[in-house]
Amino acid sequence: MIELGWWGVPIAVLGGAIRVSTPFLFVSLGECITEKSGRINLGLEGILVMGAMSGYGVSYASGNPWLGVIAAGIAGSLLGLLHGLLCNLPRVNDIAVGIGLMLFGTGFAFFLGKPYVQPKAPNLPAIAFGGWSDSPQIQAALQVNPLFLIGIALALAIAWALRNSRWGLVVRMVGDSSDAARAMGYRVNTVRTLATAVGGFLAGIGGSFLSLFYPGSWSEGLSSGQGLMAVALVIFARWNPVRCFYAALLFGGAGSLGPALQSVGVSSGYYLYNAAPYVLTLAIMIATCSPQRTLAGAPGELSINR
Amino acid sequence: MRFDRLGPAVEALAIPIAALAAAMLLFGVFMALLRQDPFEVYALIWKGGFASGFSWQNTLSRAAPLILTALCVALPAQTGLMVIGGEGALVLGGLCAAVVGHALAGASPLEVKIAMALAGMAAGGAWIAAAGALRQYRGVNETISSLLLTYIAIALFNHFVEGPLRDPASLNKPSTAPIGEANMLGQFPGLDVHWGLGFGFLFCIATYVLVRHTTWGFALRVVGGNPRAARLAGLPVGALVLGACFLGGAAAGLAGMVEVAAVHGSANASLMAGYGYAGILVAFIARQNPIAVLPVAILLGGISASGSMLQRRLDLPDATVLVLEGVAFLLILASETLYGRFKIFKSMVTA
Repeated sequence: MIELGWWGVPIAVLGGAIRVSTPFLFVSLGECITEKSGRINLGLEGILVMGAMSGYGVSYASGNPWLGVIAAGIAGSLLGLLHGLLCNLPRVNDIAVGIGLMLFGTGFAFFLGKPYVQPKAPNLPAIAFGGWSDSPQIQAALQVNPLFLIGIALALAIAWALRNSRWGLVVRMVGDSSDAARAMGYRVNTVRTLATAVGGFLAGIGGSFLSLFYPGSWSEGLSSGQGLMAVALVIFARWNPVRCFYAALLFGGAGSLGPALQSVGVSSGYYLYNAAPYVLTLAIMIATCSPQRTLAGAPGELSINR
Repeated sequence: MRFDRLGPAVEALAIPIAALAAAMLLFGVFMALLRQDPFEVYALIWKGGFASGFSWQNTLSRAAPLILTALCVALPAQTGLMVIGGEGALVLGGLCAAVVGHALAGASPLEVKIAMALAGMAAGGAWIAAAGALRQYRGVNETISSLLLTYIAIALFNHFVEGPLRDPASLNKPSTAPIGEANMLGQFPGLDVHWGLGFGFLFCIATYVLVRHTTWGFALRVVGGNPRAARLAGLPVGALVLGACFLGGAAAGLAGMVEVAAVHGSANASLMAGYGYAGILVAFIARQNPIAVLPVAILLGGISASGSMLQRRLDLPDATVLVLEGVAFLLILASETLYGRFKIFKSMVTA
């Protein structure tokens, strides 16, 4: 075994970023689509936990983890649909419904997931990209889950579709000016509901990654708030799906910086590294906002802009 | 009550109660589908939350922090701000209270308690006022910034509790040094409910009077209604927004102090029990009315308190009450759309 010493730190951070970032990536892509349509869904935390539970349950019952991933997506899109339909009602506040959904989703998942705390469900396989190296650290860092690669492909596809496809244009128009969309004959509420359901689908898949790959089992303390952070990630990425990917890597990497430094003997400030992404996001918001102007790139109809 | 206010008041009671009834029906059907007798479930929830003196004590102890964190949403909401960072103000308030409580170990218990409450309120207030200042002077959205500040607060909390301020004696559960038995908040005479509930009630009623019956509160609501008109009228909009945010944050910080000084005895991870987030829902269901926060928080506290009863008697998971709370909250939030749609409430105005 080769002793890596200080080189172990960036390798561990990179490995951690790849391992931990997938749920961040999926929830932020989902939130990005929802917010592009002009709504904000703070309930992704509940959807994520629900996805983790249903993915694990279906994988356990069927023996096929990929079926679990799909089930997680479906469960997530149902909750997203619920959020979308409730917010279609006039005067119903999307942020409050999001927090209600967070409570409902986690509660329902804990309720239904009680029987799955003990049994071991088949997990998703990993692809080993580190076979060329003798170093176990590098091999461990390059154990990549297929969902990570799917997430990258999705980020590129969504970025392309938002810019170039018909539905991408409709979503953006609804998000930037509901009056314009209405004048064009599009049903604003329908588009937003569907965008929230699609966002829920992606967030559910993000949850299934937690229970089916890393950490790879179902428990009530599974999520560490990745769903709530999606909102911060999307702002950090300025509503751009490709930048969502970088933001997910950064948020994931920041979480593994503390443990990596601890392994080489630097243990001070362990928890402060976890806060780094939030400080950065806040700094970006402070730097780019002014009383006259909101965040550049934000959809015009978003309630947090008004 | 004047007659011209009767219609809206009845409406504000009838709609959420109808939504709650609908939620109970829905949850009852869900329970029936799982082959549980819904009437037995509700009877047990009643028994666990409200039927006996013991269950009331449990309920009220849970309601105390919820009342205070709900005010952290309801007070800034008077000026039109939507702050969701009560959890951050709560943990920092708890941390500062614990530090002050330990540092003043020699002083008389009453002084220590007052100092702890002030420290908790100052820390929480400053934290939420920061979000208000960012909004007022930089145009940063306060909903998002308060959420980010919550994560920063939790990281700071973990850093200090597991690092510089850790009590070496706390092995399994990192905590700050204990504030000492003498400095703990006691119980109400004759009741097994700690004084935190009294703080909650006092803060709530004071807020209500402040918001509804003083010129300062009127100015707050003018700012919330139309900031531009408020500025034209010469109101100090910035100071009003900051003041409302500070008071709201102080309430959440006081909740942290209460949890430390009445329940845990030191600051540790148990403080992060999600009271900050539940308080958001309480405030929304109370429709940001400080006095309505009280019954809503007590109802929520009672439902939560009955969880263990359901678990013991019917072998249901302890998350069962979370499902009921979630359904109830979603339906009550959705019922917001019904206001002003029923003629019967309007006809009462002229009655």
